[in-house]
Amino acid sequence: MSKKSEQLASKVRREVLKMVSLAKASHIGGSLSMADILAVLYQDVLRFRSKEPQWCDRDRLILSKGHCCSALYATLAFRGFFSLKELETFGGDRSRLMTHVCHTVPGVEFSTGSLGHGLPYACGKAVAAKRRGALWRAFTILSDGELDEGSNWEAILFAPQHRLDNLVIIIDYNKIQSFGSVASVMELDPLAKKLHAFRWSVKEVDGHNHCALKNALTTVPWAPGKPSCLIAHTVKGKGVSFMENELQWHYKSPDKQQLDIALSGLDNQFV
Amino acid sequence: MNPRIFLLVGDLGYSVVEPFVAEFPERFINMGVAEQNMVGVAAGLASEGFHVFIYSIANFPTFRCLEQIRNDVCYHRYPVTVVSVGGGLAYGNLGYSHHAVQDYAIMRCLNPIAIAAPGDPIETVACVQWLVSNPQPSYLRLGKSGEPIIHEHKVSLDLGKIIEVEGKMLKSGVFLTTGTSLRYAIEAIRHPQLHGEWGVVSLPLWNEETKSNIVAELSKHRAIISVEDHFPAGGFGSYLREALADTIIQTRMKTISLSRNVSDLIGNQDFLNSQGGLNVIKLVDVALSFGSQSQNDLISTRESQATFH
Repeated sequence: MSKKSEQLASKVRREVLKMVSLAKASHIGGSLSMADILAVLYQDVLRFRSKEPQWCDRDRLILSKGHCCSALYATLAFRGFFSLKELETFGGDRSRLMTHVCHTVPGVEFSTGSLGHGLPYACGKAVAAKRRGALWRAFTILSDGELDEGSNWEAILFAPQHRLDNLVIIIDYNKIQSFGSVASVMELDPLAKKLHAFRWSVKEVDGHNHCALKNALTTVPWAPGKPSCLIAHTVKGKGVSFMENELQWHYKSPDKQQLDIALSGLDNQFV
Repeated sequence: MNPRIFLLVGDLGYSVVEPFVAEFPERFINMGVAEQNMVGVAAGLASEGFHVFIYSIANFPTFRCLEQIRNDVCYHRYPVTVVSVGGGLAYGNLGYSHHAVQDYAIMRCLNPIAIAAPGDPIETVACVQWLVSNPQPSYLRLGKSGEPIIHEHKVSLDLGKIIEVEGKMLKSGVFLTTGTSLRYAIEAIRHPQLHGEWGVVSLPLWNEETKSNIVAELSKHRAIISVEDHFPAGGFGSYLREALADTIIQTRMKTISLSRNVSDLIGNQDFLNSQGGLNVIKLVDVALSFGSQSQNDLISTRESQATFH
């Protein structure tokens, strides 16, 4: 059972909706699609000390799809890195909680926002751990749309060359990018075959199935000497019926009425 | 040897980096022809305590991966030194793709970044020592190799420190250089027409914060001619003008930089520099255009301000 992580994901979704609505921010769809991945990581997979965010033996989580930081901030707050109250400042003047993920927030390793930056950076961290004989791992969450960026494919070539089996990427494959479906803009399939051909160890899971996520992520590396790629098939806007698979929720911020409907929908779904 | 130093190269460095690789293989990676990834990996390594040097030619470790330098390195204040070999027109006949003639302009606006542009091998050693002692986002602009040794002794450098190189410092005026244009200035002051009355000073280490420091130093001189192998827009002369813009000092200044026509020409470094307006005759002519010392004394502050525009 993954009851705890499911509860965490549910709480994170509620906070994401409230944060994005209050801040009149965007990117709610990709935050909701990633909520289960984050919940499993922070409940069952990553080694960390929330009161000692720079603990040297922590696993490093790099959010490359930095526009979906509301879900990460909420997860970090629920896991004790900072107060839940601070989430209300999301996107506000002088807030630490910038609406693209920011390294000055406790628990955040790296600021992103421009796509295609997280994986090369994570490769650098993984090399550092290897060269020093450290046992921590580097995890990176990528969006599907950002796989259009050439820098990711430079890093995808690099990681197996240097046998970075302490590196894990999780692709939040919700099939919708910024201005259209992935299939219509820049088809990625057969994605698993591509990564496999690049000498990665690849698994595919339902990115909302906590048991499947946990089973995959707690058993890395799946092949010695190979970096791991988990393709998490997800639904953009997952958990809010009127947001699911709708491009507009890459941009729109729910108004008060939409927020109430969304929150009550979540209640019915997850209790 | 500093155990924090890590070297990444962009599939370049043949007959240059082999001794480092042989001695410190655990702190070296050939990143392949992939500069964006090279900078990202450098940032990741730097975040774990390494001072990372990334090495490639001219535009490749700078323009090709500019956003990675801006976001991954500078925004996070990571100690990564971008080393560009072939500054200016050092790779002259390889063509425009290999010319670094806009790099000061682009790199210096990435705050914070320290520019290190040594003028000869002695300054290069001093720059590298300073960079290693002061790990921070930085840009080291090298020539190609074989630049003449100009300083007779070791030099002591610091960020924003203008060093005297040769000649009379407080008489007619000085050539102020950064990078390997230093040698043209040395030749110019030795030219008979300047009667041994001009000096050469060099500013090998500078950044946006040092503007205020250098004004006092500049004000010592009656006239300054800045010299650089770089386009005018945003370059070293432009930097100096920005430094002087809000001050009222008696010093008059002119700038010598490269004209854009060099991009369409083929030739070696000296030929292209000369075609672009960077040659000894030009330097001497500009110095002579300031007139005699007594005339200079008559220049009012108001008029001297006008020469900054």
